Amino acid sequence: MSPAIGGTLARLDGRAKVSGSARYSGEVPIPHLAHAVLIGAPVANARITAVDATEAEQSAGVLAVLTHLNLPKVAMQPSLLPSLAGLAAPGHTFFPMQDDTVHYAGQHVAVVVADTLERAEHAATLVRIDYDTTPPVTLLEEIKDQAYEPQKIFGGLLPGRQVRGDIEAGLRDAEVRVEAMYEFAANHHNPIEPSTTTAAWDEVGRLTLYDGIQGPTSTQLTAAAFLGVPPAQIRVVSNYVGGSFGSKAMVWPHATLAAMAARHVGRPVRLALNREQMFTSCGHREQQRQHLTLGARADGKLVAVRHHKLSLTSHFDDWAEPSLQSPAIIYDYPNYEGIYRLGRGNINTPTFTRAPGEATGMFAMESAMDELAERIGVDPVELRLRNCSDTDPATGDPWSSSGLRECLERGAELFGWAGRDPRPRQRREGNWLIGTGMATAAYPHAQPVNPQRARARIYSDGSVIVEAGVSEFGTGISTAMTLVAADGLGVTVDQVRFAGGNTDMPNITAAVGSAGAGAASAAVHLSVTALREQLIGMAVADEQSPLHGADPAAVVVEGGRMALRDRPDAGETYSAMLQRKLVPDVEAIGNWIPPAQDVGHGMHTFGAQFAEVGVDAELGLIRVRRMVGVFAPGRVLNRRTAHSQLMGGMLWGLGQTLLEATRMDARSGRWANASLADYLVPVNADSPDVVVDTVEVHENVVNPLGVKGVGEIGVVGVAAAIGNAVYHATGYRARSLPIALDDILSQAS
Amino acid sequence: MQVTVTVNGEEYTRDVDTRLLLVHFLRDHLGLTGTHWGCDTSNCGVCTVWLDGVPVKSCTVLAVMADGHAVRTVEGLERNGTLDPVQEGFVQCHGLQCGFCTPGMMLTARWLLDHNPDPSEEQIREAISGQSCRCTGYENIVRSVRWAAEHSTVEATK
Repeated sequence: MSPAIGGTLARLDGRAKVSGSARYSGEVPIPHLAHAVLIGAPVANARITAVDATEAEQSAGVLAVLTHLNLPKVAMQPSLLPSLAGLAAPGHTFFPMQDDTVHYAGQHVAVVVADTLERAEHAATLVRIDYDTTPPVTLLEEIKDQAYEPQKIFGGLLPGRQVRGDIEAGLRDAEVRVEAMYEFAANHHNPIEPSTTTAAWDEVGRLTLYDGIQGPTSTQLTAAAFLGVPPAQIRVVSNYVGGSFGSKAMVWPHATLAAMAARHVGRPVRLALNREQMFTSCGHREQQRQHLTLGARADGKLVAVRHHKLSLTSHFDDWAEPSLQSPAIIYDYPNYEGIYRLGRGNINTPTFTRAPGEATGMFAMESAMDELAERIGVDPVELRLRNCSDTDPATGDPWSSSGLRECLERGAELFGWAGRDPRPRQRREGNWLIGTGMATAAYPHAQPVNPQRARARIYSDGSVIVEAGVSEFGTGISTAMTLVAADGLGVTVDQVRFAGGNTDMPNITAAVGSAGAGAASAAVHLSVTALREQLIGMAVADEQSPLHGADPAAVVVEGGRMALRDRPDAGETYSAMLQRKLVPDVEAIGNWIPPAQDVGHGMHTFGAQFAEVGVDAELGLIRVRRMVGVFAPGRVLNRRTAHSQLMGGMLWGLGQTLLEATRMDARSGRWANASLADYLVPVNADSPDVVVDTVEVHENVVNPLGVKGVGEIGVVGVAAAIGNAVYHATGYRARSLPIALDDILSQAS
Repeated sequence: MQVTVTVNGEEYTRDVDTRLLLVHFLRDHLGLTGTHWGCDTSNCGVCTVWLDGVPVKSCTVLAVMADGHAVRTVEGLERNGTLDPVQEGFVQCHGLQCGFCTPGMMLTARWLLDHNPDPSEEQIREAISGQSCRCTGYENIVRSVRWAAEHSTVEATK
């Protein structure tokens, strides 16, 4: 359709980021700035019996100490709805420092404000808080007998139980059954930029919040609700965000606390979470256990799947990441039962973590599929191909687009899968046992529910500005939107400036669930299309234009010049027309109304993952040697940024499989490894050779440009591909993430 | 306590709290916010700067320890409006996503190239393994540093 979309434009924010001039939310220069430091409860289940802030208040430079005794009450508590809903999006239905109860360790119990960060940090050590404690409950083991089945999970978006067909009969009649239990450690996002909010009130009571967030409107509406201030009086700026991965998808209390502190001291306040606080202040992937049973015919065709999940949530929210959704529909089988069960503990509400749900659920599904393949003697790729579905098995509707078969075949080809000896422990290089494994990747296509808007304006010199309130947290959205705008308007990329990052812009819902590029590109595309039509309309109505009287539908635009499709010599540039008519600028709004989820199509993104590992036969050390991922994400707006995101997702999967675990110290109810020294993430030396490819699918349902997004799908299936490769290398079947060296060693001995 | 620190060739004298970390001195006192702050345990590496020509993690250096010494930050990589080849490499090879780890990565990369102008991929990976990219653009970061090695027309800028 167009020259720019699908190209490989270098990031337009690259220069700002390599020169150090990109200002993240804690870096905007503000005169007279004060610094706030949070104090988190050191205990997990308690009542506060006494607060003594005297010494802290008298400490040099201190402006205020806020606790539940003097912090204002919030105006209201909005309900927990994922930010994709476009409404207020608090991370949990709880606001700290409203009473004397401590529900989880790290819960904010005081805010200390001083003129410098160092003085605030020092004074925070002087605040004395006494607690009356009760033993905390923080582990799955402790709640499993009191677990309940919630009506809804995931902020009320999904039912707690889903069934189709007759699961009992399906499993009973199956010729082959694979049943296993899978364990998952809690994970933390650990973006490298800790969440930071800078709050400044002006003299007439308007608030500006500089906040690192996946969508500025989320912060605006949430802070407005808590503070009881009209949203129109709150401006949120989120120019650059230093990574998020879900930790900045919802709005956590620190943003509102920064505003409360700034109002209290009458000065602008910056509130930065430190790394330890990042483990207790913005959610996590919950510790969970999944029980999966597959029933199949002797040829490997699935007939029934039972998938139960047990996980830990907070005392105030029924939150479980939707681990059961993708396994329920990726293959064609008639009988299904998926049940979520929850137990309440002294922890914060969990939240979205990159590939929320699929990263865990698909590990279970695709590990079990590997066992099934071995059991019946069918190649793992062939087993998936036999089970591919042309329709959404839950509804019978056709996929808007799939591409799963192509991904599996292309991945197998790129990886060199053919001819693989399926028997474990057959390949050895020195001390290294070598194995290969694969898995299907799948991620549901999420849609925003409210209109998405963008504004396009062209000036008489032909330069164009397009605005939409998106947030740049690493995805390359600004670069991609520049391509979309250039194509839609028929101008060159260097004529377009895309601007986003604040709530003065037309509203775009927070970019979560891989829906960001689809939502923003739809609005931007509609805005520039409307602008182009307006400009062409002006030309054909203008007696002095070479296009006067032409059929607008016969006019094409390229390089900013409108011309007749059949007679390219007859035409003029946008700028020539505007200058002749003495029109300084023309503007148009794009307003995209997303289709409902029940549009008669199943909407899902698919892919395939392949991995090769080496396992040290004596030490149990696992090294991923190479990975291949092939995905079908619909239209790719910018090949360069899309591939980079997919590759990043695959390395996230590697971290989840081999390194990442937040362990609870059950005696204290505190995370035992809340630092980057103790929570392991992949470093460069862990990073293997990664090949990323995409297959083209015809997609015209999800949004105007057919964009399904690339943020999460790269993660999904990696854990199973690596786990299956470990089995192939060693004969050890990993059913617990992350895979521990000692598990492999104990198996070997 | 009064300290005088030469940052990117310019001398700055300031009164500072003795507990002030170098990273916050650079960011909050000098406004050089290209140096980021991420973990406080010297694991993530986003605060990496040069102290007397050697990369250090400025979250574990006190500002007073830099008194009388020379610091180089990301703002000092560019010369006369021209990007350092390392900076150019990160732009050309998409060595960044969110960009938060980028300044620290580049300062380590610059040091590596000054001491080993033609590093292997393995040597690059090893050199920047004290720094985390969570997005994670490791493959492209390695390519970016290789790009810089291949396009180093400017003299080593120690």
